[in-house]
Amino acid sequence: MSGSQEKLKPSSSELDLDRPNIEDYLPSGASIQEPHGKLRLSDVLDISPILTEAAGAIVDDSFTRCFKSNPPEPWNWNVYLFPLWCFGVVFRYLILFPARAIVLTIGWIIFLSCFIPVHFLLEGNDALRKKLERVLVELICSFFVASWTGVVKYHGPRPSMRPKQVFVANHTSMIDFIILEQMTAFAVIMQKHPGWVGLLQSTILESVGCIWFNRSEAKDREIVAKKLRDHSQGADNNPLLIFPEGTCVNNQYSVMFKKGAFELGCTVCPIAIKYNKIFVDAFWNSRKQSFTIHLLQLMTSWAVVCDVWYLEPQNLRPGETPIEFAERVRDIISVRAGLKKVPWDGYLKYSLPSPKHRERKQQSFAESVLRRLEEK
Amino acid sequence: MGNSSSMLTQYDIEEVQNHCHKLFSQQEIVSLYQRFFQLDRNAKGFISADELLSVPEFAMNPLSQRLLKMVDRLNFKDFVAFLSAFSAKASVQQKIKLIFKVYDSDGNGKVSFHDILEVFCDLSGSFISDNQREQVLTQLLKEAGYSKDSYLTLDDFIKVLGSSGLKMEVEVPVD
Repeated sequence: MSGSQEKLKPSSSELDLDRPNIEDYLPSGASIQEPHGKLRLSDVLDISPILTEAAGAIVDDSFTRCFKSNPPEPWNWNVYLFPLWCFGVVFRYLILFPARAIVLTIGWIIFLSCFIPVHFLLEGNDALRKKLERVLVELICSFFVASWTGVVKYHGPRPSMRPKQVFVANHTSMIDFIILEQMTAFAVIMQKHPGWVGLLQSTILESVGCIWFNRSEAKDREIVAKKLRDHSQGADNNPLLIFPEGTCVNNQYSVMFKKGAFELGCTVCPIAIKYNKIFVDAFWNSRKQSFTIHLLQLMTSWAVVCDVWYLEPQNLRPGETPIEFAERVRDIISVRAGLKKVPWDGYLKYSLPSPKHRERKQQSFAESVLRRLEEK
Repeated sequence: MGNSSSMLTQYDIEEVQNHCHKLFSQQEIVSLYQRFFQLDRNAKGFISADELLSVPEFAMNPLSQRLLKMVDRLNFKDFVAFLSAFSAKASVQQKIKLIFKVYDSDGNGKVSFHDILEVFCDLSGSFISDNQREQVLTQLLKEAGYSKDSYLTLDDFIKVLGSSGLKMEVEVPVD
């Protein structure tokens, strides 16, 4: 997907507009005690607070923690368990995996043999075609879920098709989309991928009304925002599903929600997804593996077990900004799915932080020096 | 990458511990090892500048470029030695030595007016004019008994900073 060897570039200023003040969340060592008294040489030479912050970040930081894979604890560590584990491996790779691959292939055959005729023959009859394609997409997603022995428990009222509502969910892997799609054919907004995934995106997912964006293009945001707005107003369109984190996070933390989904003038219906890590770590670490490998890993595991909660729809409260609204919904989802919130923008995975954060630190240092210069 | 602590033998841990003058406990070294390989994504044996800059908290730091030059391409042993100045067990002198190294970018054991000015510039950015920075620094040096042409050594740094109650500690999270 996105090359992990890419050089990080500073983010364009357009991406900054929707980030609340990170400084409000981060403990800033330099400003804990405001130093006072006459300025001396030691005050300028003493860079220990800034060095401490830097070393603290080197040793541990909350951003990297969000993207750490957490594989299930190995349990094959003694003489009795090891043969059992070996048997399990054999069973998973030589029996389960072929069986699942067959199920998936059958699913694709059924799907394609229905979808292709429907798509081309019913070209004039839009309403019927849309309805059938919706059902078929739900079907192929069910086949996908079956191919990992997905055990998904849905809680809460099923999404209904109404205009002026969008659905938001926390994001762990692209399979989030498949798990939600098997229940309701959403129109999702996704990063355009290369390869076979991109092919599926441009053919099949187009039919349910999906919207594409390109993370690396700043101007793209406005175009996409307009598409989102148009889609959410239409009554016939499939309900819109948005992952406001903008990137996959490891299902233990949640990064900041982008405000795009929260300023459409629609009701926002939060969905929380939590995977049970005992069976498999469903986090797609796009830096470490391609989606194909990720899927294969899922198909050779015992099961993908997860809970999906459809939570109470939320509206913008009077006097609330979209950013506050986004944080409120993030809170609701994080509490339900047991995620720890961190004050970082997921896009920092792909670009450097904006220079204004560093400038803020520089400004506070400069002001402190100038102020103390005046003191006697 | 996960359980890389299994690749670190007791002998390795002790060697690293000795290299950093026993300022970290063995558990802390294991934690640092896991962190090192978390940052070193393709297991090259050192952390490149890009990988360090992918930690946003580090990239936002005004001294990140200077520190990058010191940490870039370090192997694990030297990485731990670098961080050992931040251990609670490190003496004030060891901490001042690290601060001196940050200033002394050419490593010749002498910090010039220009060196101090550069760091001051990193710290204050565009919020103080160049002229004013020079002025302030010249005045502060004079008050401390140095001149604009003086070269400060490590001993000078210890003299200036030693009595100011320096606190520079980072806790290594241990599972």
